[in-house]
Amino acid sequence: MSALAAIQIGEPLRLVLFLLGIMAFVGFNAAYLVWAERKGAGRFQRRVGPSEVGYAGLLQPIADAVKLLTKQVLVPPGADATLFRAAPILVIAPALISLAVIPFGPALAARDLNVGLIMIFAFGSVNVMALMLGGWSSRNKYAIISAARVVSQNVAYEIPMLLVVVTMLLVTGTMSLTKIVEDQAGGFWHWNLFRLAANPLMPLTFLTFYICMLAETNRAPFDMAEAESELVAGAYTEYAGMGFGVFFMGEYANILLGCSLATVLFLGGWQCPFGLLPGVFWFLVKLYLLVFSVIWVRWTFPRTQFYGLLNLSWKILIPLSLGTLVLSAAMIKLLGR
Amino acid sequence: MNPDSPQAHEESAAASAGQPGGNGASGPSVLVGPPALDQHTPLLALLEQGLASEQGGSSVEAPALAGKAVDFASRGYHVEMTVAPERVVLAAQLMDSSGFALDTITGVDWLAEGQMELLYDYFHPESPTRVLVRCRVPRAAPEAPTISAVFPGANWHERETHEFLGIRFQGHPNLTPFLLPEDADYHPLRKDYAA
Amino acid sequence: MSPSEVIAAPEGQRETFVLNLGPQHPATHGVLRLKLTMDGEFIVRAEPVCGYIHRMHEKMAENRSYAQFLPNTSRIDYLSAMTYTHAFVGAVERAAKLEVPPRAEFIRVITSELNRISSHLVWLGAYLLDLGGFTPLLYAFDDREKILDLLEGVTGARLTYCYYRFGGVCNDVDEAFTRGTKEFVAYMRPRLDMYRALVTDNIILRKRLVGIAPISAETCRKYGATGPVIRGSGVAYDVRRREPYSAYPLFDFEVPNFPEGDCMARYLVRMEEMAQSLRIIEQAVDRLPEGPVMATAVPRVLKLPAGDVAYAVEAARGRFMVHIVSDNKEIPYRVKLRTPSLSNLSLFEEASQGLVLPDAVALLGSLDLVIPDIDR
Repeated sequence: MSALAAIQIGEPLRLVLFLLGIMAFVGFNAAYLVWAERKGAGRFQRRVGPSEVGYAGLLQPIADAVKLLTKQVLVPPGADATLFRAAPILVIAPALISLAVIPFGPALAARDLNVGLIMIFAFGSVNVMALMLGGWSSRNKYAIISAARVVSQNVAYEIPMLLVVVTMLLVTGTMSLTKIVEDQAGGFWHWNLFRLAANPLMPLTFLTFYICMLAETNRAPFDMAEAESELVAGAYTEYAGMGFGVFFMGEYANILLGCSLATVLFLGGWQCPFGLLPGVFWFLVKLYLLVFSVIWVRWTFPRTQFYGLLNLSWKILIPLSLGTLVLSAAMIKLLGR
Repeated sequence: MNPDSPQAHEESAAASAGQPGGNGASGPSVLVGPPALDQHTPLLALLEQGLASEQGGSSVEAPALAGKAVDFASRGYHVEMTVAPERVVLAAQLMDSSGFALDTITGVDWLAEGQMELLYDYFHPESPTRVLVRCRVPRAAPEAPTISAVFPGANWHERETHEFLGIRFQGHPNLTPFLLPEDADYHPLRKDYAA
Repeated sequence: MSPSEVIAAPEGQRETFVLNLGPQHPATHGVLRLKLTMDGEFIVRAEPVCGYIHRMHEKMAENRSYAQFLPNTSRIDYLSAMTYTHAFVGAVERAAKLEVPPRAEFIRVITSELNRISSHLVWLGAYLLDLGGFTPLLYAFDDREKILDLLEGVTGARLTYCYYRFGGVCNDVDEAFTRGTKEFVAYMRPRLDMYRALVTDNIILRKRLVGIAPISAETCRKYGATGPVIRGSGVAYDVRRREPYSAYPLFDFEVPNFPEGDCMARYLVRMEEMAQSLRIIEQAVDRLPEGPVMATAVPRVLKLPAGDVAYAVEAARGRFMVHIVSDNKEIPYRVKLRTPSLSNLSLFEEASQGLVLPDAVALLGSLDLVIPDIDR
């Protein structure tokens, strides 16, 4: 940490290096999270998963990437070509940008903005629009139904997510993610997850955030947009080759973003559970544990109907998070932060 | 007509079930006899009336729907009714009001006799009775009224019989091919159909 | 809008579009095409279009002798092939008055019930796949492999068995089969408990199935729907009880039925049926009599007496009936195959009105269709 501080490189160069690092991180993860998902799915289903290409199938993502690159990128006749091509990019670009404010380690945030939290949610809304564009511009009935569902689902789940974030703002008092992590130093009992003095329902808040994160990234059991058994591939039906590949990468980038945010907000970011050797290692451990749980949930539960999904958000999560917000405000007023 | 009583059948069933034929020789099988007719179905009463009217009874409708009892053990159904094509709907209504369900509609092409036959199989969800209604139509102009108003399930069976044999069902809402392509104008199950 | 409002709205006011589900689609279990007229997410009219796998078995039957048609019977519903062969063989035996030895009847019951369990396991996996739960399929197929291994040892085939002959079965079963079957029964019972705990009691599954797409017993009767469809609407109609055949009267089993008529009721009927089939198999294997497995004096070339003969069995999907019209020749004059999936699907148009698409998919899966069964 001190070594990095000692190297005085110019700010623009540092920023560019960090952004390239983030893109490499996301690219590597998008490829190998697919591998992890397929191996995990295999093991949950009592089979092996990819094991032919390379040792334990580790070269499978490379083989898939080569396959996708060699496929023709078709634009269906009658589709709006500009929007059709723009949609996958609009899914992955906001995720990459938002990762710029996540503190991976003590001095490993690309940019420590003091409005970092709000920036992430500002860019997160673009995800909805991108899926809607992809679905609408495909000129395919399945894609349009899926686009309509995605909009209603994501809008419904953004609200409890933002309410949870506002609660966390009240509890932590700052919007800068680096500062939020620094405040959780000293051992796992200092983590926001256990900060029951400020918000007695904090574990419930974490659960709400987790569910909203699953819904925002369109992961099962909230994968209405892509409900394979009903809508073939939903908004992605008409995409082939690398267009589909970029959508896929975007989905995993969003999962990474959501789990990173959960780690930073609730689980102490790069802080060690026992206050000994903080660093990026702890961040990655917590991040990948959360990502594993996301994969686990996907292969365990069936899918809800979309009205069950919307009922969950509007009738249960929103009142719950609103009540938690009021409760936190009251506790902070009475007991101080 | 002499339907075996249910009691007699149950006794014979118990008797034969009691000895799982260990003797390997060509003895009688262990299995129970054919299921008995339920003595109280209105159908049976009507049939009895109908048959009585054949011998000079008083019922007016019943002769048109008179049926005869048949050996279930060798045929697989209990009652067989032969009706004129115009009476098919009446027979279906009788079956429906007695609680029967339509099993299937079969068309048979009797080329040598210049006729086609319609076989309506019925089963009952709550009683073991099985009924077969037969109807012959001339092969040159095979037509019969539809029973899909009585049994909606007949809709698809009649479409299939029409497309395979060419029998027209008057009053059918949608007599288009069901399994064959939409533009099929041939009737493959006819005996004089050469592919 | 609620489903009833959708149906009630006058034609002119609705802006509908036609969504084509199939013939290639993950949820239609084969080549079935559904033309759905949709108002937003609600189905206004669902028109099934069949015939994509129509092979005209009934015409084939008019050009083959009775024995030559036997392999065809397995291909009508390939998941429940034993029971279909049983019906055809039973019809011929009924007309020709052949007596099947007791050992053969017991073997037929055991193999038919094993076939029923393997068919229901495929249904379970495929149904959960439709509902978005990808994992139970693999567990169900794992259990099914054990059944397929048992049956392969006896019949030589894994899926389309041609094991029954007129007058009995073609091979006797050996010690390995009876031992393997007993082990399978002991293995399968705790597995059914596992499915209940992990799948049936899952809250998301319950939300998907409970109260969805209710079908009344009267609708079932009007359309001729049988099997778990009518048993899930409260009517305990089972061909094994109403028109007893083979050795079924000797065994003690229940006919599960649930009154609610929704998708969950049909689901529970099939899960319970697996348990009841295990009971039957256990009793049959314990009491398997010694003796020949083939009747004596079966004519090499069979000619049925002129007239009609019908024989019905309880297949995994419902009532399967064979109606043979014979004119005293070696080849039948007409063979009618009454298949359960056709009657079960015919009520889909009425039952799916006003449903949303996920619920229509749940209804389709709960009917347990095999499309070659409809198209023959």
